[in-house]
Amino acid sequence: MAEPLDFEKPVFELEQKLEEVRHMAEEKHLDTTDMAAKLEEQILELKKQIYGNLTRWQRVQLSRHPERPYTLDYIQNICDEFHEFHGDRNFKDDKAIVGGLGKIGQQTVMVIGQQKGRDTKSRQYRNFGMPNPEGYRKALRLMKLAEKFGKPIICFIDTPGAFPGLEAEERGQGEAIAKNLMDMAVIEVPIICIVIGEGASGGALGIGIGNRIYQLENTWYSVISPESCSSILWRSWDHKQEAAEALKLTAEDNLELGIIDGIIPEPLGGAHQDPQEVYRNVREQIRKDIKYLKTKTPDKLVAHRIAKFSAMGVFEELPHEEHHGEATSNGSHKKASED
Amino acid sequence: MSWFKRVKEGILTRTEDKKETPDGMWYKCEECKQATPTRALEENCWVCPHCEYHKQIGSYEYFQLLFDGHEWRELDRDLISGNPLNFTDTKDYVSRIKATREKTNLNDAIRVAFGEVEGEELVVACMDFKFIGGSMGSVMGEKISRAIDFSLKYSVPLLVISKSGGARMMEGALSLMQMAKISAKLNLLSQQKIPYFSLMTDPTTGGVTASFAMLGDLNFAEPNALIGFAGPRVIKETIGKDLPEGFQRAEFLLEHGFLDFIVPRGELKAKLASLIRLFEK
Repeated sequence: MAEPLDFEKPVFELEQKLEEVRHMAEEKHLDTTDMAAKLEEQILELKKQIYGNLTRWQRVQLSRHPERPYTLDYIQNICDEFHEFHGDRNFKDDKAIVGGLGKIGQQTVMVIGQQKGRDTKSRQYRNFGMPNPEGYRKALRLMKLAEKFGKPIICFIDTPGAFPGLEAEERGQGEAIAKNLMDMAVIEVPIICIVIGEGASGGALGIGIGNRIYQLENTWYSVISPESCSSILWRSWDHKQEAAEALKLTAEDNLELGIIDGIIPEPLGGAHQDPQEVYRNVREQIRKDIKYLKTKTPDKLVAHRIAKFSAMGVFEELPHEEHHGEATSNGSHKKASED
Repeated sequence: MSWFKRVKEGILTRTEDKKETPDGMWYKCEECKQATPTRALEENCWVCPHCEYHKQIGSYEYFQLLFDGHEWRELDRDLISGNPLNFTDTKDYVSRIKATREKTNLNDAIRVAFGEVEGEELVVACMDFKFIGGSMGSVMGEKISRAIDFSLKYSVPLLVISKSGGARMMEGALSLMQMAKISAKLNLLSQQKIPYFSLMTDPTTGGVTASFAMLGDLNFAEPNALIGFAGPRVIKETIGKDLPEGFQRAEFLLEHGFLDFIVPRGELKAKLASLIRLFEK
């Protein structure tokens, strides 16, 4: 059992108490059923109260919970079989991104995702889920393989960001992500993207151009992490909670902003409390979407993806009177946007 | 050229956009510290005649530098930021935008213009660093998106001149999605075989580098421009070592295979015109 997060401590304390009561009952052969039942009820109430009113920062904390399921956990529990493929055919195999073909029921799918580690050693091995350019290039290679053989693609997003290292820059981190954004848009098979943990910036988006985009309930997806945002805008690391609030980075926020298509529910307290329930929810969503998206022609899938992302953004258009000057912009842009 | 008729004779630049340089003003180079009369600097494309330092300039200067007769039509200048997140850090986003618009006389960090370069039609989308660090939010995404529509409609090549710290934090995930929006739409130019040129200037980093800046049919840069995904400070903190001399500079990117060439500002116009002619159908 991992250390409870700050805001979970009251629940943790009650759970310990319950444990003690049960232990006592066994040891001293006392009937503590009533007491235990009462405690259980209290715990549930407390959980509902705490987890039903999570702040954005608390969701960020849950998204990084060390016991949370990672990409390979999803793959193992959702796919009936899976074969991992390695390498970008150019430089090396990036361990921070995994991918391969598997089956969900009778349907072959390409599954790709960022992978974090669970202990110090595996965390280093996976580079904390921070891909290098070759990771993005491997992902794109596998997507093109899936496209060639008409297999739908599922991307699990879970990264604190693309790796900001010296070699990453030498090998073109920017170019690798950019190419994925452009090429993923025109892949002629269905693409479903699910944020299962952290969706940090370009490193997340690099495998995020889908026909369907989801977030699990306790995840975040934004342009920057609350910590980095705090350090840039407030010039200190201490404002991460305010930054999380300001960035509006939760699943609910992004659904409202039109960035994601839906929220996949998690059990009370987070995905790690009952991973099987989350796997079921994710698998069901994927099956439903593939069934629907498979009815679409390749042209439609591509057009849909381009139109979907083209529509993203919030801006205003000033009334033309506000500035004087020759009819410079107005006439011509109308011409361009009419069709 | 059939649709493009000069509405009025003479210069169409709005009066408030004009930047007359008074005689007798001097520019002290940020690099070599030598002084140059401002007018001479302007005539040298804002490049220091002593050390070739490329002074940071904005969209107005690039349009002046590129377009024949200093004439162009600005497209979609009326787009301004909304406030989708009600974002507040040390200042609220609306006030920040308002103050910046007043200070810079710009509506956002990018302007799009159409004109002719040595007689060749070109759409140019050029960033202004002084507008919140050239940051990319919804307005930049929409303006480039519409520039692409314009290029498609009239079969005119597109040049994007980047100068940006990356995505704009104050629009959160919406800013991030502008990377996807523009990159996805660039496919439409590719399908129609309309050339897209990307010029990276000092500095081009973050989400701009990790999207359309790196996606040109040709990618090129001004000498010594800083170009990267992560900023040098972040990388230095990550690796705990000093960065090698010239790291993330244009020459470094050229050497590592991410640029087609480096072009001094004084040669930009002629080079562009030649390229447009090379790609002509």
